[in-house]
Amino acid sequence: MQRVLMKGNEAIAEGAIRAGCKAFFGYPITPSSEIAEYMARKMPAIGGVFVQAESELAAINMVYGGAATGFRVMTASSGPGISLKQEGISFLAEGELPCLIVDICRGGPGLGGIQPSQADYFQATRGGGHGDYYIIVLAPSSAQEMMDFTMLGFELADKHRSPVMLMAEGTLGNLIEPVVLRNPVTEFVDKPWAITGCKGRQPNIVNTLHMPVEELQARNKYLTQKYEAMRAQEVRYEEFLIEDADLILVAYGIMARIAKKVVLTAREIGIKTGLIRPITLWPYPYGVLNKAAQTCKAMVSVEISTTGQMIEDIRLATEGKVPIHYIGEIGRTPNPEEITQQLLVIAEKEGLR
Amino acid sequence: MKIVATKPKSLTGAKYHYCPGCSHGIIHRLVAEVMDELNIREQTIGICPVGCSVLAYDYFNCDMAEAAHGRAPAIATAIKRLLPDRFVFTYQGDGDLASIGMGEIVHASLRGEKITTIFVNNTLYGMTGGQMAPTTLLGQVTTTSPYGRKAEVEGYPAKMCELLSHNEGAAYICRTAVNSPSNIIKTKKAIKKAFQTQAKGLGFSMVEVLSACPTNWGLSPADAMQWIEEHMIPYYPLGEFKVKGE
Amino acid sequence: MAEEKQVLFAGFGGQGVISMGQFLTHLAMHTGKEVSCALSYGAEMRGGTANCLVTISDEEISSPLTENPMTAVIMNRPSLDRFEDKVKPRGTLVLNSSMVDRLPRRNDVEVLQMPVNMIADQLGTPRVANMVLLGAFVEKQQLLDIDQALEFLEVVFKGKKESVITKNKEAFLIGVEYARKHWK
Repeated sequence: MQRVLMKGNEAIAEGAIRAGCKAFFGYPITPSSEIAEYMARKMPAIGGVFVQAESELAAINMVYGGAATGFRVMTASSGPGISLKQEGISFLAEGELPCLIVDICRGGPGLGGIQPSQADYFQATRGGGHGDYYIIVLAPSSAQEMMDFTMLGFELADKHRSPVMLMAEGTLGNLIEPVVLRNPVTEFVDKPWAITGCKGRQPNIVNTLHMPVEELQARNKYLTQKYEAMRAQEVRYEEFLIEDADLILVAYGIMARIAKKVVLTAREIGIKTGLIRPITLWPYPYGVLNKAAQTCKAMVSVEISTTGQMIEDIRLATEGKVPIHYIGEIGRTPNPEEITQQLLVIAEKEGLR
Repeated sequence: MKIVATKPKSLTGAKYHYCPGCSHGIIHRLVAEVMDELNIREQTIGICPVGCSVLAYDYFNCDMAEAAHGRAPAIATAIKRLLPDRFVFTYQGDGDLASIGMGEIVHASLRGEKITTIFVNNTLYGMTGGQMAPTTLLGQVTTTSPYGRKAEVEGYPAKMCELLSHNEGAAYICRTAVNSPSNIIKTKKAIKKAFQTQAKGLGFSMVEVLSACPTNWGLSPADAMQWIEEHMIPYYPLGEFKVKGE
Repeated sequence: MAEEKQVLFAGFGGQGVISMGQFLTHLAMHTGKEVSCALSYGAEMRGGTANCLVTISDEEISSPLTENPMTAVIMNRPSLDRFEDKVKPRGTLVLNSSMVDRLPRRNDVEVLQMPVNMIADQLGTPRVANMVLLGAFVEKQQLLDIDQALEFLEVVFKGKKESVITKNKEAFLIGVEYARKHWK
């Protein structure tokens, strides 16, 4: 099995090409720009389209136009750019246009910094734009998963006719690891709704406006059912040593790997620790956490954020069954050693030492 | 019996929702007639704006997409790049194109996107109730310039043809009006030329059409046509501003 | 859990710190190991200090980051000030003594010194200073057979001019010699 060294960001771009992505529309922003640069180099060779848009707004609307033609298309940005794209994401969700949106997260609010962050969790998982909608959010934790989840993202987008977001920390975008190159996708779903010119058929319309009340209500009801189907079918997660765990860490993305090491270290010290790693941040593995809360004594959300964002989903999932603690900071990816120290304090507090 | 006029195939025939005396109906028909004459209905994809013509997708009998406010040129860019042998046009009002979508239209023209824009200028935001637009004339009263637009407060009306014609990527830029039969004929010619420019792959093409909004101007349809002549054309001169390839 | 060997490379941007890390990463991958190379990125890299952390293991790597690497390859003084205390006890500090004007305070780590820039200047190619140190490092750590490493250099520098490859090989070998002589 041939392995190639790739940066996380490059693995995304290469994965997209292998998934049959035919157009990239983007605007430069650290730490995601390497995706655009890779696409700018590769797209002409495969007869694809690369446009550096004049703004994030234009880029996401190009994605709207591109997706409307039925081709697999994508964009990539970071927090401040994703904020600007939210208008378009709302339209993409309502217009049921499949596409991939990549967020290589950096610190905020405001311009924040370019250092890694997970503080885009709210805007990724709570719709972000206006209106009742959700999008599937995938959180990879290795360069290999950057490629694999990019390909999965396109597949899920087509399956559910929905935008899909791939969200990763800047650390992961810049992490170099061996990647097994996946085979290019050769079969694609039919998109009879696409606007390609109405030769031999009735005209297609891609639209998000529903002025009559009944039409709007029916439309939202339909979308709600679609989100229910996504919740039923697409929850993905990973469990690590949770059967006998008193203390369960909950972490995603790069933090999940760091937390894994913390779990092993804590167990050496004698604290029965486990890890639940949500892979889909939406739909969130509420059921898995709820079940684990019946046997563990406490949970800890570990995030690259100071306020904590995913912790709210942990609270929702566990329904007050166990105390929920928080370990997190912004501006850098915490090391396993530091988290272990903080975990020992929590274990002490919970009488687990 | 000889048929001298019929509904263009490129219109669905759905009943317009436009106010009496509104020019959108005329301009829709002109675009549709051009699509018929060039026989491109089945190869054409149109993008409608946010504004009075938001429902244009119900009227044009071709593939259509509805855009977020001002973003039609970005959407059209992607469609044309992915389907380069199709005809792609945007249909936009002055609030949509010259205000919230100023960035998109300027850059689409700078890139020389091979799309056609039909820009309907009626000097205000019609659908939302007659607010001031970038194209509102000096002295003109609107609901958000109730004392008349003043240059020192609200700045100057946007001359989009003049602005975009400076961009190297713009291949055909023309301003027309639909306030008289002869101007309507000229408008149709310009629209046809714009689509032909796109067919030749010369670059970006736009026809700005000076258009009436009797409802928000507070005029009768006939007086509104007169108002275009007396107030709009002096500030927004008609004619071709850029013709590449001639 | 298999042992995860972690090596930190730190120095000024432009000293080839990242290339050293990437070289080691390539090397580990081609010898069948799991490997991960975490880079400092963005404005951190421009003009300031650059660093990268390479993790090598026989199994899937848990954390690609650590507070306490086993080994630190230090190319300048600010990096020594920043990372000296972080290296694990009984770990190794490899110093470019041309650019580090003090001795480490620690006495619980092995200290290996080399006047990297001086040696590279003698070679007439200051740009391959990092390769001299890398050669010494590979030899000292017995990371792989030197002939294999030279072959591998060809792979890493594929597409570069023949003279560039030759220079880098030369520098690498001088490093190997240096380690054999001074780092026994």
